[in-house]
Parts: sequence; C-alpha cells; structure tokens
Amino acid sequence: MLRIEAVDAGYGRAQVLRRFSLEVAAGEVLCLLGRNGAGKTTLMRAIMGHLPLMGGAIRLEGVELSALPPHEVPRQGVGYVPQGRRLFGDLTVAQNLAIGLMARGQGEETREWVLGLFPRLRERLGQRARTLSGGEQQMLATARALCLRPRLLLMDEPTEGLQPSMIEAIRQVVARMRDEGVGILLVEQRIDAVLAIADRVAFIENGRGGEVVPAEQLRRDHALVERYLGV
Amino acid sequence: MEFGPYLMLATLEGAVSAAVLALTAVGLSLVFGVMRVVNVAHGEFFMLGAVVAWTVAHWLGGHPALGFALALVVAPVAVGGLAAVADWLVLKRIGYDPERTIVATIGLLYIIQQGALMGFGPEARPVEPPFNTRLALPWIEWGEEGLRLVWPWGLATTSYKLFVILAAAAVLLGVWALMARSRAGLVMQATREDREMALAFAIPVGRVYAGVFGLGAGLAALAAVLIVPIQQAHYLMGGDPLLLSFIVVIIGGLGSLPGTVLAAVLIGLTDGIVSVFFSPTLAKILATLLVAMVLVFRPQGLFGSTAR
Repeated sequence: MLRIEAVDAGYGRAQVLRRFSLEVAAGEVLCLLGRNGAGKTTLMRAIMGHLPLMGGAIRLEGVELSALPPHEVPRQGVGYVPQGRRLFGDLTVAQNLAIGLMARGQGEETREWVLGLFPRLRERLGQRARTLSGGEQQMLATARALCLRPRLLLMDEPTEGLQPSMIEAIRQVVARMRDEGVGILLVEQRIDAVLAIADRVAFIENGRGGEVVPAEQLRRDHALVERYLGV
Repeated sequence: MEFGPYLMLATLEGAVSAAVLALTAVGLSLVFGVMRVVNVAHGEFFMLGAVVAWTVAHWLGGHPALGFALALVVAPVAVGGLAAVADWLVLKRIGYDPERTIVATIGLLYIIQQGALMGFGPEARPVEPPFNTRLALPWIEWGEEGLRLVWPWGLATTSYKLFVILAAAAVLLGVWALMARSRAGLVMQATREDREMALAFAIPVGRVYAGVFGLGAGLAALAAVLIVPIQQAHYLMGGDPLLLSFIVVIIGGLGSLPGTVLAAVLIGLTDGIVSVFFSPTLAKILATLLVAMVLVFRPQGLFGSTAR
C-alpha cells in the first residue's frame, strides 16, 4: 500500500532522513519506534508533503505522493493525526469535523459514522476545540482525520499525555480501522501501547531505517528495544 | 449654528470617514489575519480603486450613475485581480516570510504609485457622484412651548454621503457573513490558524492566500470608489488610508474583524469631530496617541488575543 523508497529529507541543509525505506500494507498497524530526534515526525511530514524530499520517493498504491502538491496528498486518502493534535482551536468541534469532511467531499453519512466512533464529541459539537480536555482533543484530532475516510492513517504519538481510558478508546478505534482495511503508520514512544496494537514494528535510528520485526518479537527481544530506544 | 447641530454635522462627516476606513482596514486586517502579511502597499490598492473609478467614469461618459455603478464592480475586481497576481509573482516566491513581505510590499507600493503617476498623471481628478441631493436635517430644540423640531441653517448632508455609510455597512455585513457563515470563511479561518494542517486537509493554501490578498485589496478599492466622488482621485491619495488603517487594525487587534470595525468607527468619528471643531492635524495626533496607549497598555488591541 504505502511504499517509502530510499527517502532523504530534512530541514534546509540539515538532512534528517537518510535513504529511509519502509512499507505499510493495507489492514496493518505498523509502529515506528525510535529515540527523540530519530526522524519519526520528519517522516510523517515528508509523507504528507510538508517537507520536500531531497531524494527517493513515496508511493501510495502506485501514486507517487511525493510528486503531488501537499494539498493533493490527503485527497489520495491519507489521514494525518499530528503530534500535539494541532486542532483548529478557534473553530468548534463541528467546524473541525467539517474541514475533515470537505477534504475528500464526504457528507453527513461519514459525519455520523465518526460521531458514532466518538460519541463524546457529539455532546461538544458547538464547543471551541481549544476548550476541550486533552483526551477529547485527541479524539477530535483522530475523528477529523477519519472524516477523510482514509486508506492510510498516519498517527504521531496519539497516546501522548492521555489517561488510560482515553488510550483504550483510541486503541479500539485504531483496531477497528485496521479491521476495515486501513493501513496505519503509528509513531509511538510507549512500548505497552505498541504491544497492544501493532502488527509489526519498524525501528528508526539517526534517520536511517532499522529492523522491521513482528510486534510479538518485542516481548521476547529486550536487546532490540535496548539497542534502539536505550530502555 | 449652535453646538448641538454642529456636533451632529461633525458626527455625520465622521461616520462617512468611519465607513470608508472600516472597509479599507478590514481588508488590511483580513490579509494580516489569514496570511500574517503586513501589506504596506494596501493604501496603493485604495488609490488604484479611485483611479480605476475615474477612468471608468471618464471612459463611459453619460450619466454619472452609469460610470459609478460600473466602477463599483470593475475597480474591486481589477484591483483584487492585480493583487492576486502580485501575491503569486512576489509574496509566494519569498515564502510569505514576515520580514521579507514587508520589504516586498514597500516595493509594490512604489511600483503601483509611480505606475499611477505615469499612467494617470499628477493631477487630482474628480468623479461625479451618481446622485447628490441636499438633505436638510432637523434638530430638536427646547423652546417656550416645549420640545420642537427646527431646521437650522447649514445643518444638512447629501444623499450620497448617506449612501456611502449604508453601502459600507452592507459590504461589511457581507464580509462578516462570508467569514462566519460560508465554507470559504471556514477555509480561511483554518488556514489562518495552522497553514500546515490546512494543507493536511486538502486546503490549497496558495490559492487561499491569493484569494485573501485579492479580497483585501478589492475591499480597499471598493472603499476608494465610494469616497472618490467626495475626495477626488490622486496618485498620492493612498498614504492617509494606509496610516489610518494601520492605526485601526492595531487598536482593534491584529486580525480581529469586529475589533477593526469598532476601532474604525472610533477613529473615524474622532477624526470627523475633531477635524470639524479643531483641526485635521489634531485628529491625527490624537489617533496616533491612542495607538501608542494601546501598544503600551494592551498590545494585543481591543479584541486581539494574546500570543498563543
């Protein structure tokens, strides 16, 4: 589904990703693990077209995303839940969802489906996004991305700073999306969260791709975790 | 004339200034709010609006209302289109960097101004108002028989001045509806809040910026078309509207449309009243002092939010 081929990317002259390659299949949760500054968020931004590539290519089912203008990437069915949520804080919950729905011309049916996944948002539709609790903001960030009916979902540390009940709610939604055939690339720092949801785990170190292993291998192979994460 | 009627007359004059200023300043505020661009060339788009109005009226001839009505459409569209092209040619190329856009719009200011001088000439040129009926205004006086309506000599306005106030109010209402009630407004608000996330939700930010820059310039041009039958078109007429718009936008709160309109009414009325009773220079001094006080005591302006 998603093929990242020998991608070089960075900020100005500072190269962060170095010939990074990875594949994510449809209906798979692939978790990207790495230390702070390893290049995880840079990879997400490169996929979304927010950073121009210095080399390599990114393809989604044969379409070269890296050749498209950034605003065309979501139209290919790429949903993005960024680190820190980055909601449109002055807009209401309903308006944030409307922005998501507009991206791929989705309508009332999708809106109802998303609100069915996050019933708490239905009670907050008229509330400004910045006034929501942290957990509700994460729900909204996820719901807004799901409004695109994505084929590929990019989630950058979605459980950061959330209480266990919220983490579980997000996990359930991720599992449901996977079951519906959505490919999910998840950046996560918490090993327990990774183990609870991931099918495969890819490591990234200093912008270079590391091993890609089945998630169960993480339980057994502590040396792997220690090598890449230092924990 | 006694003080009361005189004050009413000054207030009416101030209301005309306020209406035109509000339109001009809302354009500047929109551009800053959505694009974070301080458009120093905004006054020149105002001037171009007046020049286009004169050109259209002069070229069409016939009844003044014909030329004026056509100018009301042509000037905002032409000037807005020119601004959108300038956005694409200049601002987009420098990545909307805040410092470089200031320098770039200063460059635009001189190009437009000198272009107008070459094409339009140095003379001030009048545009006839489409209608200009003198309307005597009543005043209520307390006499021996109680309250009575009087018609003091000199207390009058024109139908055109009332039209300017009403037209500006209608356009401002339209801008509010566009921002608060339309899909385009939602897109502009999202772009204003987070450009990168707007892109992540398929909003073509480049086109939104070109549209907003064009809309801002178009509003300035429309304001100029409204005022040019009262003021005359001149290639240097962009300076005052630019200064006053900056004053209004700073007082109202950068990027805040309600704040901008309120500040425009405040500054416009003060300008009108002080100019009539004292001098236009004192009015400008007071406005500048007010800006200084706002910057010291409430830097975010009346309606602006603090940096997040």
